[in-house]
Amino acid sequence: MTSKDWFKDILLLSVCLSAIAAVSVYLTATDRIKQPTMFKAGTKSKMAANTVVAALDASIEANLAQRGLQTSYPASETVLMRRLSLALTGTLPSVEELRELETIEPRDRVHWFVAHLLEDRRCSDYLSERFARVIVGVDEGPFLVYRRRRFVAWLSDQLYANRPYDELVRQILTDDGIWTDSPAVNYYTHNIIPDVEQDSKPDPIRLAGRTSRAFLGMRIDCLQCHDDFIGTMNLGSAEEPLAGLQLDFHSLASFFSQVENSLIGISDDLRSDTYRYQLLESDQLEPIPARVPFNRELDDENENNLRLRLANWVTHRDNRPFARSIVNRVWAIMFGVGLIQPVDNIPLDGPFPPALELLVDDFVVHQFDLHHLIRTIADSDTFQRDSRADFEITDEHVSGWAVFPMTRLRPEQVAGSIIQSTSLKTIDSTAHVLSRLAMFGQQNEFVDRFGDPGEEEFGDRTETVTQRLLMLNGSTIRDRLGNDLNSVARINLISPSLEKAVETVFLATLTRVPDDEELNHFVEQLQPLTGDDRRDRIRDLYWTLINSTEFSWNH
Amino acid sequence: MMLSEFAYSCQSLEHVQRRTFLQIAGAGGLSLLTPVASALARRHDDRKVESAKSLIVLWLEGAPSQLETFDPHPGTAIAAGSKARRTNVEGIRLGEGFEQLADQMDSVSIVRALTSKEGDHARAMYNIKTGFRPDPTLIHPAIGSVICHQTISADSQVIDIPRHISILPGSAPGRGGYLGDRFDAFKIGDPRDPVPDIESPVDRQRQLQRIADLNVVDRSFRSRYQNHSAMRDKLGHHNLDAALTMMSSEQLDAFNVTTVPVALRNEYGDTPFGRGCLAAVRLIHAGVRCVEVTLGGWDTHINNHELQAGRIGILDPAFAAMIRELKSRKLLDSTIVVCGGEFGRTPFMNAAGGRDHWPHGFSIAMAGGGIQGGRVIGETNPDPKPDAAAKLANLKDAHPVEDIHATILQAMNIDLQQELDTPVGRPMKINEGKPIQQLLDA
Repeated sequence: MTSKDWFKDILLLSVCLSAIAAVSVYLTATDRIKQPTMFKAGTKSKMAANTVVAALDASIEANLAQRGLQTSYPASETVLMRRLSLALTGTLPSVEELRELETIEPRDRVHWFVAHLLEDRRCSDYLSERFARVIVGVDEGPFLVYRRRRFVAWLSDQLYANRPYDELVRQILTDDGIWTDSPAVNYYTHNIIPDVEQDSKPDPIRLAGRTSRAFLGMRIDCLQCHDDFIGTMNLGSAEEPLAGLQLDFHSLASFFSQVENSLIGISDDLRSDTYRYQLLESDQLEPIPARVPFNRELDDENENNLRLRLANWVTHRDNRPFARSIVNRVWAIMFGVGLIQPVDNIPLDGPFPPALELLVDDFVVHQFDLHHLIRTIADSDTFQRDSRADFEITDEHVSGWAVFPMTRLRPEQVAGSIIQSTSLKTIDSTAHVLSRLAMFGQQNEFVDRFGDPGEEEFGDRTETVTQRLLMLNGSTIRDRLGNDLNSVARINLISPSLEKAVETVFLATLTRVPDDEELNHFVEQLQPLTGDDRRDRIRDLYWTLINSTEFSWNH
Repeated sequence: MMLSEFAYSCQSLEHVQRRTFLQIAGAGGLSLLTPVASALARRHDDRKVESAKSLIVLWLEGAPSQLETFDPHPGTAIAAGSKARRTNVEGIRLGEGFEQLADQMDSVSIVRALTSKEGDHARAMYNIKTGFRPDPTLIHPAIGSVICHQTISADSQVIDIPRHISILPGSAPGRGGYLGDRFDAFKIGDPRDPVPDIESPVDRQRQLQRIADLNVVDRSFRSRYQNHSAMRDKLGHHNLDAALTMMSSEQLDAFNVTTVPVALRNEYGDTPFGRGCLAAVRLIHAGVRCVEVTLGGWDTHINNHELQAGRIGILDPAFAAMIRELKSRKLLDSTIVVCGGEFGRTPFMNAAGGRDHWPHGFSIAMAGGGIQGGRVIGETNPDPKPDAAAKLANLKDAHPVEDIHATILQAMNIDLQQELDTPVGRPMKINEGKPIQQLLDA
């Protein structure tokens, strides 16, 4: 053997040892989570003293008391972590996060976790996708001129920086430029209806309906074709009702008549002709000047740029439907159900739940601060109530928020939870790029097969046979559990006891420890097994918990 | 405090009253209708009792060129050199690649002057699959979902496997839309491969142990919500039994084309689409209501003639073999076959030798289930006027795409006048078209 061969052997050996060392480090790593900068220990009492949180809880409790209904007891910390993580990142909390939480003072844990999530890119990425669904929908939109992913990424940046919501919406409604360089203008290019006969101009009618639903929480689409002749669309107040007119819808559409799309992207042609439409009772096209449908005293009619004029009116701090719409939506994201349902059909004339109005006032006072709104809701007793109770829970209790409402996980939450639960470490922006890529690919594949509800954000959905088959036999769960670099092998390798192994799988999948019956049942099964058999049994336990009813519900 | 979904929806009192009135009128034997209306209603009721039961959609995603497929104009400028071939029906010609379908033309009819207002793929696909233009406020159900919704009570005890199936799903497989996810198409790939999500990833013994363990965990969860009367009935695995039944159902054999004699398989063509069509016939025979088989690659903005010919080479044997086999199995009378894409292609060539999008007069082929064969409905002008305003003037007996839906629903004896409820109680027309009677009248 020559010295060259020796050198080759030593090189090969060192490469193998390095690889083994890298895998070992990966399997046994116990990295600490970075402390959130927004978190200050001991601030729970300060938030609790927040008059809005107290008033919100008091208003809900007063309503329940008036109806003779009790409230439930507080939920456990792990249940709260699960709710918060699902709402703000679309996944379960990782075992790593739950272990880190144990090092935080109990009184600070909710605050710590909310701060941790709000500073995590996963949160802004997830919320931007949820918000984008109502702003631009889920369809691919017009080819070439629309880039949904750019819009969602831009929105995520804004949410990550906690840009005031009114500023953010103002930019969406007024931005100029090319859809790639000025991602906000995708709001307009999405509403271009490609037609070989028409100029490719954003459609004022679609924009009117979309703007009303997305930013004012009102479905006024019926008025596109006819006046409200059945009394469901009041554009006045409760005291002075004013039936919505077809003219109201098209006067709103008229605000978008100056928007052009050209080689320089979206811009305004301030000299363009007034919007024209043939109303139902008319026999000809007629010019329809821009006019806001309600709260007209907030509209500055002297502004020549119609989009700017509309944006100023929509986001005006006294235009309550604007703030009400996003407060109700954020509440719905956190609870799974809005204070008013459907979330994008809030009546102008009420009645409004007092809790909603309190949050709206607070949101406006705090300069449309979304992070503050999320922290306020998370801090309330209402959010922190258990979904169980020691009394018979009726529909009245649920609708009155006496208990936390139980809702089925959304498809991307199921997918995200499967993927996160099979990794003990958090799959966040600091995770290995391969882990994140795998998560992205597997999540999309799973949601595609499971069925994406699209813009139906908060509908009551029932499980289908196809979805159950996907959970029982689908490739996502099979691949996640079969990959020895994921949690199954790691739990088998490093758990100090069988009890600890079972507990870790429960924490990873259901965010709780097993009860005695469950613990005994699964420990007994693992007891006689060793090596691969024990690993397979842990894999089966994972499969069981992922397929359990509990896994599929936010509670 | 949490306000009702129904409080602010379009589910108005007037809507309810109007519908209730119609229901009462129906229950009262139409006695409230005028004599003319009664006569029309009787005519409707007197339609032949035998109606179509199933639908196969041969979905040509990307939009085929009508000039190279079902509406050739050989020898004209718009043909740009494309040729045509005779069929077994005098006067009907197809694009030159349809050698086998030409012999089945007496069973197939063509609608040649279809129109839509959608020239974008995604919007046009939505339009032609649902019969409605995209509406940002809701998602309409695809035709297969509507059919499954309308036949659910008849099928509930009959079939273990999904009733709505999409083979080789393209970018827009049939969705249940506002009818719900359960009417979504079940998606499978090339029938040569195993059906997705049907095989347990572990052996039988381990699977049984997993299910037994599942009961332990579920029992624990349900016990914690025993006093939750609002949720009690919703918690649990309501579809576990149905899923397990499907996993062991003999009807799954219908997906398996590997046991079909080679000679028959070869008739369909040794392609994923051919195998998809082969499986579609077996699935219909097993009781499935709607099967969609996708053949993509028709979006020929460049090199139109060559690319269209390649697709036709795959479509022709499969379509023709499907018609032959449905006939031999005596299923053609109860199965509608529809073949087409989201729009047509321009009657002029672009600089790259391609044809662009053209929703102003395109074609769809239909057969079976009461659709008469050997007929051509509508006509396109071989010398079309190019200006936008005159585009419809290029057509004779034009039909919008929703008329195809109306024709299918009528052939299936589904009430075209009914309204379906969205989840928020908004009543929606099941269809906004008119049946193409020339296709249905004997």
